Amino acid sequence: MSTTTQQPAGRGIPDLLYSEAEEDLRSAVRSVLDGRGDWPAVLARTESSETYDTALWQVLAAEVGCAGLLIPDRYGGAGASYREAAVVAEETGRAVAPVPYLGSAVVATAAALRAQDTELLSGLAAGTVTAALAVPFASRPGAAGLPGGVRVGSPRPADPAGQARLTGQVSGVADALPASVLLVPADGVPAGLYAVDPSAPGVSLSPVVSLDQTRQLADLALDGVPGRPVASGPAAAGAVADGLTAGAAMLAAEQLGLAGRCLELTVGYLKERYQFARPVGSFQALKHRLADLWVAISQARAAARYAAACLAGGDSDAPVAVALAKAACGDTATLAAQECVQLHGGIGFTWEHPAQLYLKRAKSASIGFGTPDWHRAALASLAALPAAQPQ
Amino acid sequence: MLTGDGLDGTPALAGPLRERAREFLASHDPAGTPRLEFLRARFDAGLAAVHYPPGLGGQGLPRALQSVVEAEFAAAGAPGNQPERIGIGLGMAAPTILAFGSDEQKARWLRPLWTGEEVWCQLFSEPGAGSDLAGLATRAVPAEGPGHAWSVTGQKVWTSMAHEARWGLLLARTDPDVPKHAGLTYFGLDMTGDGVEVRPLRQLTGEAEFNEVFLTGAVVPDADRIGGVGEGWRVAQGTLMNERVSIGGAALPREGGMIGSAARAWREHPELRTPGLHDRILRLWADAEVARLASDRLRQQLAAGQPGPEGSAAKIVFARLNQDISSFEVDLAGGDGLRYADWTMRRPGSVSFYGRDAGYRYLRSRGNSIEGGTSEILRNIIAERVLGLPAEPRTDTKVPWKDLPR
Repeated sequence: MSTTTQQPAGRGIPDLLYSEAEEDLRSAVRSVLDGRGDWPAVLARTESSETYDTALWQVLAAEVGCAGLLIPDRYGGAGASYREAAVVAEETGRAVAPVPYLGSAVVATAAALRAQDTELLSGLAAGTVTAALAVPFASRPGAAGLPGGVRVGSPRPADPAGQARLTGQVSGVADALPASVLLVPADGVPAGLYAVDPSAPGVSLSPVVSLDQTRQLADLALDGVPGRPVASGPAAAGAVADGLTAGAAMLAAEQLGLAGRCLELTVGYLKERYQFARPVGSFQALKHRLADLWVAISQARAAARYAAACLAGGDSDAPVAVALAKAACGDTATLAAQECVQLHGGIGFTWEHPAQLYLKRAKSASIGFGTPDWHRAALASLAALPAAQPQ
Repeated sequence: MLTGDGLDGTPALAGPLRERAREFLASHDPAGTPRLEFLRARFDAGLAAVHYPPGLGGQGLPRALQSVVEAEFAAAGAPGNQPERIGIGLGMAAPTILAFGSDEQKARWLRPLWTGEEVWCQLFSEPGAGSDLAGLATRAVPAEGPGHAWSVTGQKVWTSMAHEARWGLLLARTDPDVPKHAGLTYFGLDMTGDGVEVRPLRQLTGEAEFNEVFLTGAVVPDADRIGGVGEGWRVAQGTLMNERVSIGGAALPREGGMIGSAARAWREHPELRTPGLHDRILRLWADAEVARLASDRLRQQLAAGQPGPEGSAAKIVFARLNQDISSFEVDLAGGDGLRYADWTMRRPGSVSFYGRDAGYRYLRSRGNSIEGGTSEILRNIIAERVLGLPAEPRTDTKVPWKDLPR
C-alpha cells in the first residue's frame, strides 16, 4: 500500500484529503464491521464475560490486514502509514467495535517498531500475536521517562540469561484482556520494556467494570513474572512515548469516526420522527444544533488528518498536530454523542438504543491518552503561550 | 490526486502560459508603461484572469493556472489592479456577468472592472429585506419615454463602496403579482445617473464602511438587464455563492489571522496574564489553528475538483473565532481595554478585520456573523442542503408578493 503525503509548495501543509487507496481500505473495513450482526447482539456482548469480539478481530487483523498496516514489509506487514491506520480507526470508532485495534495494531505496534523487536513485529503482522502496552489508558503522551508501577526484581537461579522478574501493578489498561503479549514498562535494574505472557503464573489480569464496555479495561498485577527484555533505558522510554503519541493521534481519528456516525444516526432519526404533525428535523432549533455539530466535525476532520499526516511523514510539527487533534476530536465526539442522546429524546436514554454505547465510548476515549484540556495545556510550551506567574 | 500547486492535470498548459506571460512582459515594460495602459494591455492579452473566456481577459483555462501568471507578473514587479479596492467587482460582479450576461455586457463591463477603472457595488439588502432577501421591495417598472428602459425606486442598505462605485449589481422587483422569488429581475445600475443618492451609513465602530442608497426613478436601460425578466433570484444565487466563498477563504500561515495579535499581546505582556485568560488563549489558539487547517483542507478539495459545502462552515467558524479572540484581547488589555482609539466618522477605502486596535477589532468582528449571510442563515443552509433536513413549513412562497404581511 502506498502513502500519499505530498507537501504543497511553500505552505508546508500536507495532503489532508483521503486517497483512493485509503477509501478502498475504509470500504473493506466497513463491510466487515457492518456484517457483524444486529445491535441487540452487540449490546448483549457488553454484559457478557467476552466483551471483546475476538472472532471479529481475527477477521480484521489477519484477513483485512489491519494488524500489520504500520509494520514494514520486511516483518511481513503492509508497510502503510498512519494515514491508512487513521482510516481504520475512524471505522472502528464509527462502529464502536469491541476489537483491540488501537491497543495492539497502533499503541503496542508503535512501541515495538521503536524497539525494532522482530519477534513481536512478525507475530503482530501475521495476526498471530495481539499485544497491549501495559500503561493506564488515561496516560498522557509527552511524559518523561517510564511509568513507574512495575519494578524489575532479581532473576531466579534457573532463569535464562537476560530474563527479568517483574512485580507491580498497572491499573486501567485498555485492550489488555484479549492480548497474547503484554508490553510492560518496568523501573529498576535494568529499567526497560518487557514482553510478558499474560497466561504465565503470577500474572493477574482483572476485568474492570468500565464506563465503556466496548473497550473494557483491566487491572494488571504481576508477582515475580518472567519478562523478556524488548528495550532498555532511553530506548524503552522512547518506545512508550511513541506508543502513547500514536495512540493519542489514532484515538482522535477514532473519535472523528464516532462523531460522524452520531450525526448520521441523529439526522436520520430527525427526518423520520414526527411530532406536532411535522418531522422534528424541520424545527430550526434542532437544525441549528445539528449544523453546529457538522461544522465541528468538519473542523475536527482537518485536525485528525493533519495529525495522521504529520506522524506518517515524520513531521516535526507532530506534537502540535497530535495535541490539536486529540483536543478537537475529543470535544467533538463527546458533543456528538451527547447530542445524539438528547435529540433522540426518550428512546435515546434507553439501554436498548445504541446511543448509549457511543456516549460511553466517546467520554472514555476523550480521557484516554490525555483529555482535551490536557492537550490544550500542552500547547502552552509547544506554541509559546506561557502560563500566568503566581501573584 | 492533488499536488502542491493545484496544477495537477494541467502541467502541459502551464509551460506555454508562462511563456506567453514572459513574452508580454518583454514587450510591455512594467516600469515604463503607464499603469492603466499596462493593465488594459494585460487584459487584452488574455492574461488578466486565465479562466475568463478568450477575448475577455482570459483564455478559458483552468482557474488554478492563474498562479502561473501571477508569479511571473509579481517577479517582474508589474503594477497590480488593487484587488482590495475592487473585491465586489472581481468576486461577485465578474462571475455573475460571465455566467448570465450578454456578449455586449461582457464586452462593455469586464475590462474596466478588472483594471479597476470602474468599481462595482452590490445593491441587494434593504431595510425590510435582510436574511429574507427575496422579499425585497425596490420596484423596477417600465419607464416612460423613448427606448426600452426601467425606472427604479426603493432603498438599498449595507452597500460597501457605493460612494466610489460606477456600477451597482441591482436586484429589484419587476412583478409584485407573483410569488416573491418569481418577481425579481437583476440589473447593472449606473451609479452616476440621476435618481441615485448615496449616503454614508455609520456603523458601531464609528466608521462608515457602508452606505444607504436611495433610488428615486433611477433609469436603467433594458440593455443593462442581466438575465431574463423574473429570473433575478437565480442570478442572485450565483452572486451570493461567490460572496460566501470570498469571505473567510484566504490562505494564511500559522498565527496569520486574528489569533496572531492576541498571541503577541499574550507574549509581550506577562503582567496581564491570569489563569482564566490562559485557558482562554490556549483554547482560542487551538481552535484558530484547527480552523486554519480546515480552510487548507477546503482549498485542497477545491483544487482536487471536489468542491464541498465546507465553505459555509468556514464562514461560521471565522466569524465566531474573530469575535471570541477580539473579546479576549479587550479583556487581556484590562484598563486599556476601556479606551477606544477614535470615534471619528470616516469612510475607509478598504475594510480591515485585523487592523487597528483590539477595541476596533472587537466591535468590527460583530459584523462577521451578519455580513454575507448571517450565521443563522448559514446554519439553515447546512441543515437543509448538506444534512438534508426538511425546511420549516412556510407561508410566504406560494402567494403573490403584494399580499404578504410586512
